[in-house]
Amino acid sequence: MKKKVIVLGVIGADVHAVGNKILYHAFTDAGFEVINLGVMVSQEEFIAAAIESNADAIVVSSLYGQGELDCRGMREKCDEAGLKDIPLLVGGNIVIGKQVFEEVEKRFMEMGFNAVFPPGTRPETGIAALKEILLMED
Amino acid sequence: MKPVLLIDFGSTYTKVTAVDLEGEQLLGTACAYTTVQTDINIGLDNAIRLLEEKNGKLHFAERFACSSAAGGLRMITSGLVPELTAEAAKVASLGAGAKIIKVFSFQLTEDDIEYIRTENPDIFLLVGGTDGGNTECIIHNAKMLSSIPNDFPIVIAGNRSAARECQRILEGREVYVCENVMPKFGVLNAEPAQKQIQEIFLHRIIQAKGITKAASLVSGILMPTPSAVMKAMQLLAEGCEGESGIGDLIGVDVGGATTDVYSIAEGMPEATNTVYRGLPEPYVKRTVEGDIGMRYSIAGIVEAAGIRRISQMSGLSVERVEELIDHLAVNTEALPNGDHELEMLDYALASLAIETAVTRHAGSIEEAYTMMGLTYVQTGKDLTRVKQIVATGGSLINTKRTAAIAAHAMYDKMNPMSLKPKDAQIWIDRSYILAAMGLLSEHHPQIALRIMKKELKKDGY
Repeated sequence: MKKKVIVLGVIGADVHAVGNKILYHAFTDAGFEVINLGVMVSQEEFIAAAIESNADAIVVSSLYGQGELDCRGMREKCDEAGLKDIPLLVGGNIVIGKQVFEEVEKRFMEMGFNAVFPPGTRPETGIAALKEILLMED
Repeated sequence: MKPVLLIDFGSTYTKVTAVDLEGEQLLGTACAYTTVQTDINIGLDNAIRLLEEKNGKLHFAERFACSSAAGGLRMITSGLVPELTAEAAKVASLGAGAKIIKVFSFQLTEDDIEYIRTENPDIFLLVGGTDGGNTECIIHNAKMLSSIPNDFPIVIAGNRSAARECQRILEGREVYVCENVMPKFGVLNAEPAQKQIQEIFLHRIIQAKGITKAASLVSGILMPTPSAVMKAMQLLAEGCEGESGIGDLIGVDVGGATTDVYSIAEGMPEATNTVYRGLPEPYVKRTVEGDIGMRYSIAGIVEAAGIRRISQMSGLSVERVEELIDHLAVNTEALPNGDHELEMLDYALASLAIETAVTRHAGSIEEAYTMMGLTYVQTGKDLTRVKQIVATGGSLINTKRTAAIAAHAMYDKMNPMSLKPKDAQIWIDRSYILAAMGLLSEHHPQIALRIMKKELKKDGY
């Protein structure tokens, strides 16, 4: 069976490379073909990579607290680029300060994300969620 | 003595260069008007006659040629995302020595098809999608192209899952399938497409332009002229077995209509606090500024640099600069020939042509403040450490202040984010032999390299 393709990266002006590497290896080991854009990735770069590679999902991470600003409007831009209904996943330290996660999750879901993960999530949790979204069998 | 003849069928002049293989030296050069409208042999014969007037009768052991006559190798390309496969298609075509008329991205429209039909390129390069990636766009574009009655060849170098289907859609046309120019995301694979393009040029386009009429004289018409120049630059930088090169370099060729810039250098970031963004660039890179040239594209220099800077640099008043530029735009054959005003103006124009073209060719760096402190984001090639600049082009080598002009390819404090060489030596192709040496290098690289090292001048520096 053809591998599912995901586009992975750290959004915005964020340079946290370690988590990105861990996610890259975890998703690859889980059988995904991962296009890893690394750090400091703009929304446009995620979208361009997803178009060319016909990606099945976009996985965004963010650690520096500015994720909410960086992710705003991403679903709309995907729609604009013809990536209708592409699953968008986001995780990490995505908002400023300590906030109730349920509220954060709700805000990101309203922004069009399909799954939102709090700080400290293990990669397996994200992988399992993505497999469910893509209706993959283990 | 074993003389070899090297011919460059240009769009205006046919240039011939004679080399003695045994003595490893230049015997002479000459040029005459290209006669592509009537019989290309007439211009060639005239050039050879001029050469023999200076050197006496020569019995050439071999003859090789390159050509940019009749528009050179005119190409149109289409890709998917502008910064990705469409850019890769552009890079591949320029690297094959082509003149790019247009780069399309995303799906071709009916208007685009009408444009392609009218422009009738020599070759169309169809790409889009990484391997295993998007197939929709390239298949759509193949269908659109199949409706054009023209017979230009089409090179397919996109998503390998879609290549055969595109070939079937374009059945009945001259179609070539080669490896994807971007097989994986962010990976440039321009060479297979480039080789295919050059092969088509060799077998078909040269014939179509009537240049094979000269075939009886030429033992092999090898490549488009920019390819020959690029081969010479690469050989000069890298060296070959038994002869060392001069190291990484930038080449600038300022013409009447375009300014070509070449760089032979990796150009990746060295500092650990620098992040590279965008498509990696080829080690041998060529860019063409279609709007920057000394005569036909004189307006482009004015547009890019501004009339005030031209006036400042030439020491002429703005009004006088405007008058002279209007004059040169119409009288494209005009040379300064001792006219002081024109000399000053050409000095300013050539300097600004180089400055603009090299700035566009080189990468740039931006500062970004992050949680980890100051970080740099680099796009394109970092050429700050390149130590050699090679200048060529009729307009450049005929002036006396070439080195001062070529120095405008260097780093500029006023534009510190542009990654141009900080400390470089300037070489000038005084005898205008780079294309000829590129041709010669196909079979005799050592000799070509030694002649270049001897003939390129480092005057002024």
